[in-house]
Amino acid sequence: MSEFAASLSDVHKYYFLASETVKALRNVSFDVPKGDFLAIMGASGSGKSTLLNLLGCLDRPTHGTLKLDGEDVSRLSDNALSEIRARRIGFIFQAYNLIPQLTVLENIEVPLHYMGHITPEMRARCRILAEMVGLGDRLNHRSFQLSGGQQQRVGIARSLVNDPTFILADEPTGNLDTGTTQEILSLLKDFNRQGKTIIIVTHEPEVGKETKRIIRLRDGMLVSDQKTDASKDM
Amino acid sequence: MMSTLFIWIRTFQLGFKSLILHPMRSALTVLGIFIGVSSVIWLLAIGEGISQKTQEQIESLGATNIIVQSIKPPDDTTSRVRVLVYGLTRFDLESISEMVPVIKESYPIREIQQRFMVGDQRVDGRMVGCTPHYMTSNNLKMARGNFLTDTDCKEKRNYCVLSAEVAEELFAFNDPVGKSIRIGKRIFDVIGVCAPKSPSAGIGGSFSSQDFSRDVYIPIQTFWSELGDRISTSRSGTYETTEIQINQITFQVNSVEDVHPASELIKQVLEQNHRDKKDWAITVPLELLEQAQTTKMMFMLFMGLIAAISLLVGGIGIMNIMLATVTERTREIGIRRALGAKRSDIIRQFLAETITLSVMGGITGILGGLICSPVVEFIKWFLVNYFPRVTNQLPPLIMSMAPIIVPWSIFLAFGISMFIGIAFGLYPASRAAAMDPIEALRHE
Repeated sequence: MSEFAASLSDVHKYYFLASETVKALRNVSFDVPKGDFLAIMGASGSGKSTLLNLLGCLDRPTHGTLKLDGEDVSRLSDNALSEIRARRIGFIFQAYNLIPQLTVLENIEVPLHYMGHITPEMRARCRILAEMVGLGDRLNHRSFQLSGGQQQRVGIARSLVNDPTFILADEPTGNLDTGTTQEILSLLKDFNRQGKTIIIVTHEPEVGKETKRIIRLRDGMLVSDQKTDASKDM
Repeated sequence: MMSTLFIWIRTFQLGFKSLILHPMRSALTVLGIFIGVSSVIWLLAIGEGISQKTQEQIESLGATNIIVQSIKPPDDTTSRVRVLVYGLTRFDLESISEMVPVIKESYPIREIQQRFMVGDQRVDGRMVGCTPHYMTSNNLKMARGNFLTDTDCKEKRNYCVLSAEVAEELFAFNDPVGKSIRIGKRIFDVIGVCAPKSPSAGIGGSFSSQDFSRDVYIPIQTFWSELGDRISTSRSGTYETTEIQINQITFQVNSVEDVHPASELIKQVLEQNHRDKKDWAITVPLELLEQAQTTKMMFMLFMGLIAAISLLVGGIGIMNIMLATVTERTREIGIRRALGAKRSDIIRQFLAETITLSVMGGITGILGGLICSPVVEFIKWFLVNYFPRVTNQLPPLIMSMAPIIVPWSIFLAFGISMFIGIAFGLYPASRAAAMDPIEALRHE
């Protein structure tokens, strides 16, 4: 157990193309303490998607170390990384990414299937989470019957079902209007207040300012790491 | 252990859910396997039906029998022989009985075309000089009176037994037993009448089919002493005289093991006795039986090959549809990978779908295979009623055949469908699993 949910030291990520080597991330180091509410910001091409993939254990750094909850995950095999994703990470996507043939409840259950075993408590938890995000009465709806905001609520419930070390949200409000954006952000804030570590990758300043801390990237380098005004209230 | 089972059950539920999203597509894929599986069962059932029928016919000849027949040698047109002498002789019968000790019994038969008369009623038919054994070996049933006995033969009695049709034509509604009929200038007492019998089918060209409907049976010893061997028949204006002593002899040996050596010995004896011409033929039902079994194997193999091809086509159908599905569901694969699915989880998921498809095809195919018999009966009924001409030209074997479902073919068919699900699902599934999750998530 570590006090840091995630910890990066001197992380580099290069893509070796036929003609050139793209240095997507260079010398990135920062820690994410447990309970943090962090926004990673930057223009497109700044390397924030690459960083998201690394934090989400979808990819491995070329150099440097990435630790999740104190465990070095930078050199793990594909299978081991899958296991880390299943147990330690909660994903929220910009396009919600619900599986269309499944109901709300079944979508929330999906990560449980990849944890090895499902206990009755875990299934009960799915219902509780659905209630918490306000979809207790839509458990058997399918994704096409839901609005964007509702779909993202399902996404949030799904990201919490495995009780992850941190939640990784990729532009979670990118497809939503202003009102719904606020609802979703306040939902995330609620969960953060309950102790969940949340990392949001975004390019929207309005979203960033709702978090406690903003890390800015430019050309694959970390350029700033600041506490926000909002952090003083939380 | 329980949790693995649970995961598989859960995966199959999920697979089923995905499949019913595209009911038409799934149904057509299942149809491919359905046709393959039912054709396996059908072909094997029909093959088994035909071979059983053949086997029954051969077995009715008797597995411990060896049958020798007289055959007319090729016509010698250059020499104008007045009397055609050929065929098996009483000497052959004696020498074979002496030389081949394993022979238990021998039953000679002599037959000619004759005219039977009662008063001014006349019927043309076959007169058969035979032994009492003829009744059992040809499955004749008696309607009235008795068949010939050994004593009748030994004492060369002028007794005869009539077939049902001859009896009816000569005596109409009277009971023929105790009355007498005239054959040529001789008088024979009727001692029995056979029950009507359907003709037996010929086998493998060795036996012409036999029609028992217009027969009169007399003791063969009586035949030899009363009618002699020389028979003159008028054919297209000219008289033809032939001299045959015996038309056919059935030798019976003690056991199946004796059949081959005995038939070899019989051949040797006959070759010696008939050095100048080949006017005899030997039929060994056991050999026919063995041949039939080899033919059956070949037939089954061939049928199996056809079925295998149709299953292969079904399997390719599954693979094709799954490759399309995998491409279509790239994003879902990406989502699942991001949420923690290992490559093996993805493989299991798609494999579960192909297995579901192929097993559904397998189960419906087995049901389709089980209705084989009624369907074949219906087709036969249909042909007989609506295309009687075509039906008459079909070999009787085909029309009398009833498909027999081979129990192991059901398990085989199910196993094959399962195997096809796995074999043809593995490639699409591994393609799905090999996808980079980041790329897959980006897929629109």
